[in-house]
Amino acid sequence: MSNPPLTVTRSTPSNRAFLVLGLIILTVLIAAPWWAGRADLRLLGEFFLYLSLATLWNLMAGYAGLISVGQQAYVGLGGYLLFALTLLMGIHPLVALCIVGFVGMAVAVPVATLIFRLRGAYFAIGTWVIAEVFRLISAQIAPLGGGSGTSLPASIVRSIASGRSEREMTMYFLALGIAVAVLGVVYFFLRSRRGLALTAIRDNELAASSLGIDIWRTKFVVYVITAALTTIVGAIIFLQKIRISPDAAFSVNDWTAFVIFMVVIGGIGTIEGPIIGTILFFILREYLADLGSIYLMILGAVAILVMLKAPSGLWGFLKSKFDIQVFPLSHRVKENLSKEKSNGA
Amino acid sequence: MLGGLYALFAAGLSLIFGVMRLVNIAHGDLIVLAAYLGLSVVMTTGLDPLTAIAVVVPMMALIGYGLQRGILNQTIGDDLLPPLLVTFGLSVIIQNGLLEAYSADPQKLNAGPIETASYALGPISIGALPLLTFATAVVIIAGLQFIFYRTALGRAFRAVSDNQDIAQLMGLNKAHIFGLAMALALAVTAIAGMLLGMRTSFDPAVGGSRLIFGFEAVIIGGLGNLWGTLAGGVILGVAQNIGAQINPGYQLLAGHLAFLIILAIRPSGLFPRMSG
Repeated sequence: MSNPPLTVTRSTPSNRAFLVLGLIILTVLIAAPWWAGRADLRLLGEFFLYLSLATLWNLMAGYAGLISVGQQAYVGLGGYLLFALTLLMGIHPLVALCIVGFVGMAVAVPVATLIFRLRGAYFAIGTWVIAEVFRLISAQIAPLGGGSGTSLPASIVRSIASGRSEREMTMYFLALGIAVAVLGVVYFFLRSRRGLALTAIRDNELAASSLGIDIWRTKFVVYVITAALTTIVGAIIFLQKIRISPDAAFSVNDWTAFVIFMVVIGGIGTIEGPIIGTILFFILREYLADLGSIYLMILGAVAILVMLKAPSGLWGFLKSKFDIQVFPLSHRVKENLSKEKSNGA
Repeated sequence: MLGGLYALFAAGLSLIFGVMRLVNIAHGDLIVLAAYLGLSVVMTTGLDPLTAIAVVVPMMALIGYGLQRGILNQTIGDDLLPPLLVTFGLSVIIQNGLLEAYSADPQKLNAGPIETASYALGPISIGALPLLTFATAVVIIAGLQFIFYRTALGRAFRAVSDNQDIAQLMGLNKAHIFGLAMALALAVTAIAGMLLGMRTSFDPAVGGSRLIFGFEAVIIGGLGNLWGTLAGGVILGVAQNIGAQINPGYQLLAGHLAFLIILAIRPSGLFPRMSG
């Protein structure tokens, strides 16, 4: 019996099409400051920041199985570090952004060592405790306004760029840049050796560990990378807001609840899911935000429904229906002679 | 004495986790929901809050049974993600529902003279309400311990906790048992919520930190050990009081730090009974 020649490939026609489409969209977005109005630019910037947070949360929850309800710890940390570095030490905001990432990483190492002792669901609440600790500590820092918070003075804001429109453009590019960077890091991380290990852990932890994958180490690396990037995103968020207070910086709703909804509705455990989820979230918000707390209740109900009825989210539904992928992660075996066999995920 | 209240927060959480392996993120919000239900009962019937507990407990138990059979049973399984996210969604719904129904104004249950009464015990005096809270916690934990280890219902709880499928094969209806466990847990939660409402003012947003206190008490005491949970609650309460004496701003921080220190030196808690 002779086997037909087989080749293993990652790319499919759909993802090659999406690559072209993605490049076009990226070009359009880079040109946004020249075609979009001031309000649109701000909205787009916010969208990119949320997209980054959602993608990062998804990397932790969807791939590493680390469900955190305390990512606001790093968003707030980033904000406060930025304010401390610029206000108290006089460092240029853009330089500070780079330092912030390393500090976030340095903070995440001992935190991870500690809360990794909690298993599964208890880990989730442990992350929340950490965020609370950060919030309470930040409220004790008198030079940064204590419990009531503080603002960046005009001199620092002007040091980003002198004119208002240049400043808005810089902020926009920062947001777009971090979103592209986060997507890039996650994509290449998942395609790397460690990413393969991570996917194996996602699919079956027991089997993965019996194949010699160091689960603790892999999860640890994911947690620390996520923390560092989340810290930078947090710093950009508060550089844009110009004002910080403990309650805003460490808000569970703003930086974790919304993000979780985006990922769950879009489709957890895929790169595409958070992107769709974030778009949906912003559309919903445009139309329903006036409802206030009822809007949040609707969001909660939608998330529960999705989790119960379609746990793979909107993207999971599309993927199973049309066999499409935007980011080529899975390997497919292809018979050179005849039709393609999909061997996805 | 504050520890008694925390132990009550924790007892419900511990029960839910113990029987169903479910970590209920909405637990804090359910405590606050109980306090608001109590408020409505007091306002409409004119009962004093202590008597109103007798009305709120069955209400919460019913809600618990309905919640478990209607939604939460569908999430039980090997995967941790669905129960966490569903209870997280519930938490947001309850919190905003309360906000919509009762507004964000802080409320308080007025229990009358018992709030300020105190007994002198030698050089120290103990408030009547804290004493009552602590005594309630001891009685409830003793009661739960009795139910768990001395009754048929407790045997059923322990059976489904050990192995759901085999328990089912042995003729137990696990969906029903889980419903009962949730009902019992929320009955305890109702008492905790009412005592919370009598002790301090509350608003719809305080649920999260109540969840955290309860959770910390469970972990400090060790998973699956109800008396340990009481000890954990007391340790947490004492740590917060010491912190508050140093600086009012350090009250909550001291509690969290005590938790983190214990987590660092005794990861499975002080008196563990089962592995996580």
